[in-house]
Amino acid sequence: MSSASYISLQDVVFSRGSRRIFDGVTLDIPRGKITAIMGPSGTGKTTLLRLIGGQLKPDSGEIVVAGEPVHRLKRKALYLLREKMGMLFQSGALFTDLSVFENVAFPLRVHTRLPDDMIRDIVLMKLEAVGLRGARDLMPSELSGGMTRRIALARSIALDPELIMYDEPFAGQDPVAMGVLVKLIRDLNSTMGLTSVLVSHDVPESLGICHYAFIIADGRVIGEGTPDDLRQHPSAQVQQFLHGDPDGPVPFHYPAPAQTSDWALHGGRP
Amino acid sequence: MTGWLATLGARGIDSLRAFGRAGVFLVGVLTGTPRPIAGLPLLVRQLYSIGVLSLAIIVVSGLFIGMVLGLQGYTILSDFGSEDAIGQMIALTLVRELGPVVTALLFAGRAGSALTAEIGLMKATEQLSSMEMMGVDPLRRIVAPRLWGGFIAMPLLALIFSVAGIWGGMMVGVEWLGVFEGVFWSNMQASVSFWDDVVNGIIKSIVFGFVCSWIAVFQGYDCVPTSAGISSATTKTVVYSSLAVLGLDFVLTAVMFGNF
Amino acid sequence: MNQRAIEIIVGLFMVAGFAALLFLALQVSGLSPTAAGSTYTVSARFNDAGGLAPRGKVSMAGVTVGTISAIELDTNTYQARVTMRIDATVDNIPTDSAAIIRTSGLLGGQYVDISVGADEEYMQDGDAFYATQSAMNLERIISNFASGK
Repeated sequence: MSSASYISLQDVVFSRGSRRIFDGVTLDIPRGKITAIMGPSGTGKTTLLRLIGGQLKPDSGEIVVAGEPVHRLKRKALYLLREKMGMLFQSGALFTDLSVFENVAFPLRVHTRLPDDMIRDIVLMKLEAVGLRGARDLMPSELSGGMTRRIALARSIALDPELIMYDEPFAGQDPVAMGVLVKLIRDLNSTMGLTSVLVSHDVPESLGICHYAFIIADGRVIGEGTPDDLRQHPSAQVQQFLHGDPDGPVPFHYPAPAQTSDWALHGGRP
Repeated sequence: MTGWLATLGARGIDSLRAFGRAGVFLVGVLTGTPRPIAGLPLLVRQLYSIGVLSLAIIVVSGLFIGMVLGLQGYTILSDFGSEDAIGQMIALTLVRELGPVVTALLFAGRAGSALTAEIGLMKATEQLSSMEMMGVDPLRRIVAPRLWGGFIAMPLLALIFSVAGIWGGMMVGVEWLGVFEGVFWSNMQASVSFWDDVVNGIIKSIVFGFVCSWIAVFQGYDCVPTSAGISSATTKTVVYSSLAVLGLDFVLTAVMFGNF
Repeated sequence: MNQRAIEIIVGLFMVAGFAALLFLALQVSGLSPTAAGSTYTVSARFNDAGGLAPRGKVSMAGVTVGTISAIELDTNTYQARVTMRIDATVDNIPTDSAAIIRTSGLLGGQYVDISVGADEEYMQDGDAFYATQSAMNLERIISNFASGK
């Protein structure tokens, strides 16, 4: 483990029920950089974030975040560590019974003893950073999808975390909203020096902003490197994923019985 | 045959696991409730949405049940020429049985299902997860105030239900059917004992309040976070709460009133 | 709705709940705040306690003066021993008074009626009635009547 890495996973194995989701994943996420973790749907990218956040425990292997072994921490220490982490959920996960302002103020109210006027200033600063200072009195149900994510982003940086994790930040966004999010992620990283982990299957956007990327498929890391390294990667599976080819090492057809035995009209079973 | 047995066994093990999870969950909620000062506004808010908002249905149902008891009681008792005992019959039925039980059933349908759906939806929209990631324990912040809110609100609702019922019964018996008011009250006072009837009824509703709230918050917290999962969890809350209330009512009645 | 309004409404709800409790205690169960404590215990032996039950009333001249606290079998005399708690304010029951089991109405519950005697001494805590009259057994009366005795 290099001293520059903020998060490090060693041989992590994780299964859900009888299905093995990770089968020996090893990766190091550098401090202060944007790291993208990409992979096809259903490879457990979100699960990876939950492992890092300590919401799930691996079957075996080591997960170290900021020098602490997350999966072995006691409840209290884990909650303390989480105050250094921000996470942007795919749905935004705003508290639907609180206004935008109260949503962003929530972590401050819970974790600090700041006076009300100071909380107000911090919240407005964070909202200003995502360009939504004017939306403070709206309720989450009145926001568009892109705005929801920006508010959620403001909330996850309210406590000035060291690490922020983005779960599919671009999924289902229109081009403008996507452009705004790309800019925000990049700005936050450069101005605050945040370690950013980005989980996505949107290849061009992710490769466009990340400093380093991992590609996960079939429970293991199949490719890693800078965006340029990956574009030159020799593996056919990596190339298929990056270019979105319909057929390749990942077959177009879901495994099925041979065609001759399946079609009713060709003498197969009725 | 073996397939059937295997299914039965698997079902049994699943139910056992659910019981285990519910127990662990309860310990998590109860041990995670320090900081009463900070939690008080949350509790008050839950008392409002669980207790105050259930008040209308409780009072109206109580009134009608009391009126029905008055009518039915009068018809039956007048056959024996003892319609004067109507006050005693209404009060005992309400205070001992119908108050706690019907309140708990209404509570399960009105507040319990809402609690389950609310927590389930929070789970489905990742609000619980995001809270956890912010270093806030959702058991403490979301679940505990709701559990305590139900626990406190239920006995109060049951008391109000009984009073509404007695008042409804009095309207029918005294105002309409012409039982003499003084007799109505004095017969009631002669036969209802505070410690044996009223307090036992309160104990019942405390037990029901705890069980119904526990079932509701657990079903919400444990549900499959999809729309189908939330709807089935809501149904389970109502069904399990009702069964638990009726079953426990029998046990409690046997313990309290069974030995004479 | 703001927190202040909610707190007020919840406060009203709690007050309503406790008011309901008070109503059940005072108006429905007739619990009077001074009643507790000041009683004394006397007992009586009956050949047949009939349908008498604990918590039944004890009356003198039709006025309730106490409650029945226990009914048990005296294994020496094979009689029913009925223990009663009498209000301390009624402290002048003559020792030769009789305890009689009566029925209120034809089908009503049974209670103990104290028929006042003429003695100058009054019953104390722990005393027993000498004269008692057992429950009137309707079946026995009818069968006596039918057989002409």
